[in-house]
Amino acid sequence: MSGIPRPGRPGFLALELDGDGAHPAAWRHARHAPDELLNGARIRSTALAAESAGFHVATFADGPVSSGRDVAGRLNALQRAAFAGPVTSSIVLVPEVDTVYTEPFHVATQLASLDYVSGGRAGWLVAASGSAEEAAAVGRSFVDGAALVHEAAASVEVSRRLWDSWEDDAVIRDVATGRYLDVDKLHYVDFETPSDFAGPGYSVKGPSIIPRPPQGQLPVVAQAGLLPSDADVVLVSAPTPSLLAAELAEVRRAIAGGGAVVGGGPTLAGGAAVVAELDVVLDSRGQSASARLAELDAFTPWSSSRARFVGTAAELVDFLAELLAVADGVRLHPAVLDVELEELAQLVLPELRRRGVLKPVAQGTFRELLGLDRPVSRYGQVGASAGLGAAAGAAVVGSEN
Amino acid sequence: MTQHNRAKFQPSGKIQFGIFFQGVNSGTIWKAPESGSQTDFESFRRIAQTAERGLFAAFFLGEGLRLREHLGRPHALDVAGRPDAQTMLAALASVTSNIGLVATQNTTYNDPADLAHRLASLDLLSGGRAAWNVVTTDNAWTGANFRRGGYLDHADRYVHAEAFVETAKRIWDSWEEGAVSSSVSADSWAVPGHARSVHHSGRHYSVDVTPRLPRSAQYRPVLFQAGDSPEGRDFAARQADVIFSAHPKFDDAVEFRFDIVSRTLAAGRGANDVQIMPASEFILAATEEEAREKKEWVRSLQIGPQQAVAYLEQFWGRELSAYDPDGPLPEIDPVVEETSETRGSGFHGAKARQLAEQWRAEAKEKGLSIRQFVSSRTSRVDATFTGSYTAVADTLAEYARVGAVDGFNISPWLIPTGLDDIVNHLVPELQERGVYPTEYAGSTLRENLGLATPVRSESLEPVQL
Repeated sequence: MSGIPRPGRPGFLALELDGDGAHPAAWRHARHAPDELLNGARIRSTALAAESAGFHVATFADGPVSSGRDVAGRLNALQRAAFAGPVTSSIVLVPEVDTVYTEPFHVATQLASLDYVSGGRAGWLVAASGSAEEAAAVGRSFVDGAALVHEAAASVEVSRRLWDSWEDDAVIRDVATGRYLDVDKLHYVDFETPSDFAGPGYSVKGPSIIPRPPQGQLPVVAQAGLLPSDADVVLVSAPTPSLLAAELAEVRRAIAGGGAVVGGGPTLAGGAAVVAELDVVLDSRGQSASARLAELDAFTPWSSSRARFVGTAAELVDFLAELLAVADGVRLHPAVLDVELEELAQLVLPELRRRGVLKPVAQGTFRELLGLDRPVSRYGQVGASAGLGAAAGAAVVGSEN
Repeated sequence: MTQHNRAKFQPSGKIQFGIFFQGVNSGTIWKAPESGSQTDFESFRRIAQTAERGLFAAFFLGEGLRLREHLGRPHALDVAGRPDAQTMLAALASVTSNIGLVATQNTTYNDPADLAHRLASLDLLSGGRAAWNVVTTDNAWTGANFRRGGYLDHADRYVHAEAFVETAKRIWDSWEEGAVSSSVSADSWAVPGHARSVHHSGRHYSVDVTPRLPRSAQYRPVLFQAGDSPEGRDFAARQADVIFSAHPKFDDAVEFRFDIVSRTLAAGRGANDVQIMPASEFILAATEEEAREKKEWVRSLQIGPQQAVAYLEQFWGRELSAYDPDGPLPEIDPVVEETSETRGSGFHGAKARQLAEQWRAEAKEKGLSIRQFVSSRTSRVDATFTGSYTAVADTLAEYARVGAVDGFNISPWLIPTGLDDIVNHLVPELQERGVYPTEYAGSTLRENLGLATPVRSESLEPVQL
């Protein structure tokens, strides 16, 4: 691993909690019946199991589900994350939310609300649906290619502005003047899609209908390339485990270089955290990982764009330790959630902790986990630099003009 | 309303309570030392769990998709800023077990397939406790926050809303009973051909979707509706399970009940099929005298001097801060002929000059100051039950006896402690009188409201997935 820039600090682990696992036939090896999947009890038990195993982050996939003989239902990801908020205390909750066939104003409000119900433990896994099925569901034109990048960037920018549109101290509850809000600390966002926007342009007025979220700005997570200049966390995939380490190193070099071109693609944000994507199949209860995988594949073959680890817990520990030397974190996609999570909790995470390659689990915010400061509102900075911040509170009569 | 129709309605003899956590209004007191946060989850958890302790049927959240404005700027004087209804209710679902979770959601600025899917998600997460309060918006002012902008004419709003609701119902009707297998050794996760696709092609939107959720323990979300115009009432009579009405006063409530019974029968539904829960406020104490004193305190904190003047400003269309809130109404005339209402406040436009004259005359006759006059107009006089626990319980028992309403949707004036005296003192009095539940009838909202389970329509062909 010599020559590769290292974070030089412990990393974090994320676990994808969708459905019965990442393998399409996972439901056949789940430890519950199919009709016990789509309910609150399942969300509660999996989120708590991931938290007690020591995972730092849980992600919740969304979008259309496969047809055929496998799982045909999926609950809205943001609501699954919201449900998990009050029953967990440390794990960060990151739902996937689409940017193409959704209303940016609703998305901003919903994510800010998730940050409230989770006490600042929310993030946003930005998706840009290239699915014709999702386009038809809402009667919109199908979007793909470069247009997806435009849609994602615009929606994220709308959210970021709306989250800042109430300064932190906008709610003043000033009994003497009868003002609940300091109107000088609320801001119209006046977003307009840029002139080169690929789809039908739109505008968003603001301000937000909810005060600034606890974290100020929710961390934004995206696959490498989708949000070239605006992701806080970049997810990195490669076709095989051996290529994954090289790809991570490449991305990290690009970031260290202040935004060099990666693989001919767009540049990356300067300070973004880099997270490896990994499918995982482990030995379990006397059965080898490869035998388990073969059984599942016999029902439905598993195709995935991510690197896949198939082996023992001990081998996975070594591999994750290697990855965490070049990545800020790793997101695991368990073949069968019930099975892999048990092995990860008992054999993998304890050993990684013992080796000191994992951050301690803390009851902090997602930003704190990522080492990000809580930013001042972009609108507040303007006022502060002009020296208006302190005067605004005293301008009692003027504020109502 | 014929006697024949009246006879078809059977009073249940019971009333139920809902809690309306408003988040944006002048009725919620933020100036008292015990006024809590309007956004922290703990406020929501506290009040929802108190309501559940009091066997409330429903926890109700409103929605406003643009921040209220006053004279062209965000309105500063009232509580404002609230979480997204469904996100908050999904969180509350995990810390409650019986109370219904009602989300106000707009048909104008949502897509039917997306909204129906999210409501179905809430319904499944909560074990069959979700409801949707259907509202429409037609103003371009709200539309400025959305991709499609202001596109809907006022006249079209119910036509649009009804097509939307019909589409949502078809989406919830898609999966057959027992569609999901009960064993991991089943050949497939769901029964083949278990779902119907839903197509709609209309003027304002089109939908082509194969829904991806099964029915919930209560089949599908319960539907609430709050529109009070004749069109709104007919819409409710055709589509709704519960009306969140604006008619809590006894005679008015009875009249509204039989109006809805007529409309419901005309729509081909049963006389008891649509329930009514008016908006209400309770100011209670051990004695009548204490309750009256409490009411004065509540009113003084709800409408302060600045709110009183601001209330007039929205009708006068000009700044009136030079006027003494404890003096008479302004002698100057409004600057506009039509009122420029506070945006998003729900006030209806009127002839401003005429209104101002009328109000000045009324205030003069009754000897009311600006503050007293505004307080009398905004305090939901008709919607407030003030008195001792026993006296108010007697009053409510009479509503139950004749079936004037099925319950009350209570707006607490304090967050998060505003339900404590209702749950601790009024509910036991009502239970003693036999007019209030002594336990939850079941775990779903439909069971707890006593609503029939919908029957799946037979009109559509199943599709092969």
